[in-house]
Amino acid sequence: MKFRGRVFKFGDNIDTDVIIPARYLVHTDPKILASHCMEPIDAEFPKKVREGDIIVAGSNFGCGSSREHAPLAILGLGIPLVIAKSFARIFYRNAFNKGLILIESDLCNYVEEGEEIEVDVAEGIIRRRGETFNTKPIPPFMIELVKSGGLLNYLKMRIDRGGSK
Amino acid sequence: MGMTATEKILAYNSGRKYVEPGEIVEVKIDLALANDITAPLSIEEFEKIGARGVFDPEKIVFVLDHFTPNKDIPAAENCRKIKEFAKKYGIRHVYDGGLCGIEHALLPEKGLVMPGDVIIGADSHTCTYGALGAFATGVGSTDLTFGMITGYLWFKVPETIKFECYGKWKKWVTGKDLILHVIGMIGVDGALYSAMEFTGDAIHQLSMDSRFTISNMTVEAGAKNGIFFVDDVTLRYVGENSKRGFKIFVSDPDATYKEKIEIDVSKIGLKVACPHLPSNVKDVEELSDVAIDQVVIGSCTNGRLEDLRIAAEIMKGKKVREGIRCIIIPATPKIYLDALKRGYIETFLEAGCVVSPPTCGPCLGGHMGVLAKGERAIATTNRNFIGRMGHPESEVYLSGPSVAAASAIAGRIAHPEEVL
Repeated sequence: MKFRGRVFKFGDNIDTDVIIPARYLVHTDPKILASHCMEPIDAEFPKKVREGDIIVAGSNFGCGSSREHAPLAILGLGIPLVIAKSFARIFYRNAFNKGLILIESDLCNYVEEGEEIEVDVAEGIIRRRGETFNTKPIPPFMIELVKSGGLLNYLKMRIDRGGSK
Repeated sequence: MGMTATEKILAYNSGRKYVEPGEIVEVKIDLALANDITAPLSIEEFEKIGARGVFDPEKIVFVLDHFTPNKDIPAAENCRKIKEFAKKYGIRHVYDGGLCGIEHALLPEKGLVMPGDVIIGADSHTCTYGALGAFATGVGSTDLTFGMITGYLWFKVPETIKFECYGKWKKWVTGKDLILHVIGMIGVDGALYSAMEFTGDAIHQLSMDSRFTISNMTVEAGAKNGIFFVDDVTLRYVGENSKRGFKIFVSDPDATYKEKIEIDVSKIGLKVACPHLPSNVKDVEELSDVAIDQVVIGSCTNGRLEDLRIAAEIMKGKKVREGIRCIIIPATPKIYLDALKRGYIETFLEAGCVVSPPTCGPCLGGHMGVLAKGERAIATTNRNFIGRMGHPESEVYLSGPSVAAASAIAGRIAHPEEVL
């Protein structure tokens, strides 16, 4: 599973109130949520992003509330993965559960806003301008989880097999 | 090898004798909770995958507390959808209208969460129930849906950080000051993925209300859960609110900890977290020139009777400074009624406060006290991120009830002794 996209850089402790402010949580449509993504710190962000772009951030990305609207807003912009020094715990589960890939790396110390990078998530390799960064590979079952559209499709498979309610 | 209380609860509920940090276990759930923001996503997923029922309708709770009384049409539609879903699947624990309280104050009061329980909630402050000696943690709507259908959820067993607290508490200092002190010390990711365990003589001196405040904000240090051991204070509280049986788990003396931190509480004064992180903590004395526009006393962190008692004690016979909005939000109908009977509500109204029905409202900038551009609030809530209470250029300072009440009188951030 490989991705190529432009980098959008963010700092440390990007919280869920910044990713999607609470006043928009009456909506569940990813497209509506996406149009307000990062609004408190960069209201133009949704307009600048193209399908396939990549968020690169500092530590504790996604801290704060448990709102799944946060990974949905990012996915709604067509951003397939976030690379950060570390992720908040609830956001980490929510992202994979919704099909958003997260990679732990200190890449933010090296890349510039707008440059293009290439990421091979299964191999755990990030490439930029001739440089290569190694990260922990995403295990095959997590890639399958993302490809199948998240945790509940996995559960649906179990239900269809009659293994659960 | 010994285990911590958190490890013991996860072991017991996954049918194991022993677990250690890093292991992944599938854990039986005693209660699954969602609110008017997170339940709609769960219900959509539930219907999309064609689930036929919930694992146990008695163990599912919906509290419609965030944008209620409904702030607009989409919020009203969400609540209607939740109530229709609950009716269809026989879920009777739905709290709305006059039954609505802020979820993390309401559930313990209703006896729905007990020591030793495993509780998941699609709300990050679900960790509040750790104050009762339970394992409680926030999850997203997808994990909640999985739990609601199967009655199980997987967890990685967290490492535990122990906070051994000793000494005598200073006047006015409450659980809020301790947890702000701790977050200021370890940072907003200082306990990432870990359990925070609070123990020691100073903890036994604390009320249940103060313990709920501490557990509530452990997520603000990145923790998976915050846990206390059951003592006489816990047993009295549980006995008053429920007849259900429960199990008590206490850490072994030879349990392994990620870290042990000793805290002399006699050295902790009144604390305030400045914008825009809960870890940006200062002593109240350093902030006496910070003017404010709004005060909020409420939320799942500090909207309980003890908080209202402290605020009323300071505001009795005084007036809120002209031009300041002071919003008081009793967290549940029972707390509201108790505060009314004790005369606190009269004190607040005579002082010129707004008294709101139970709601999360302004804490997350939802309604009932949203800030304009450039406005500044001091609040007994839990988060002060950019734009949390309204406009991206507004500011939130976090404190306990005594500082918030004193600030309402002074019109700036103040120590209670300055206004008494």
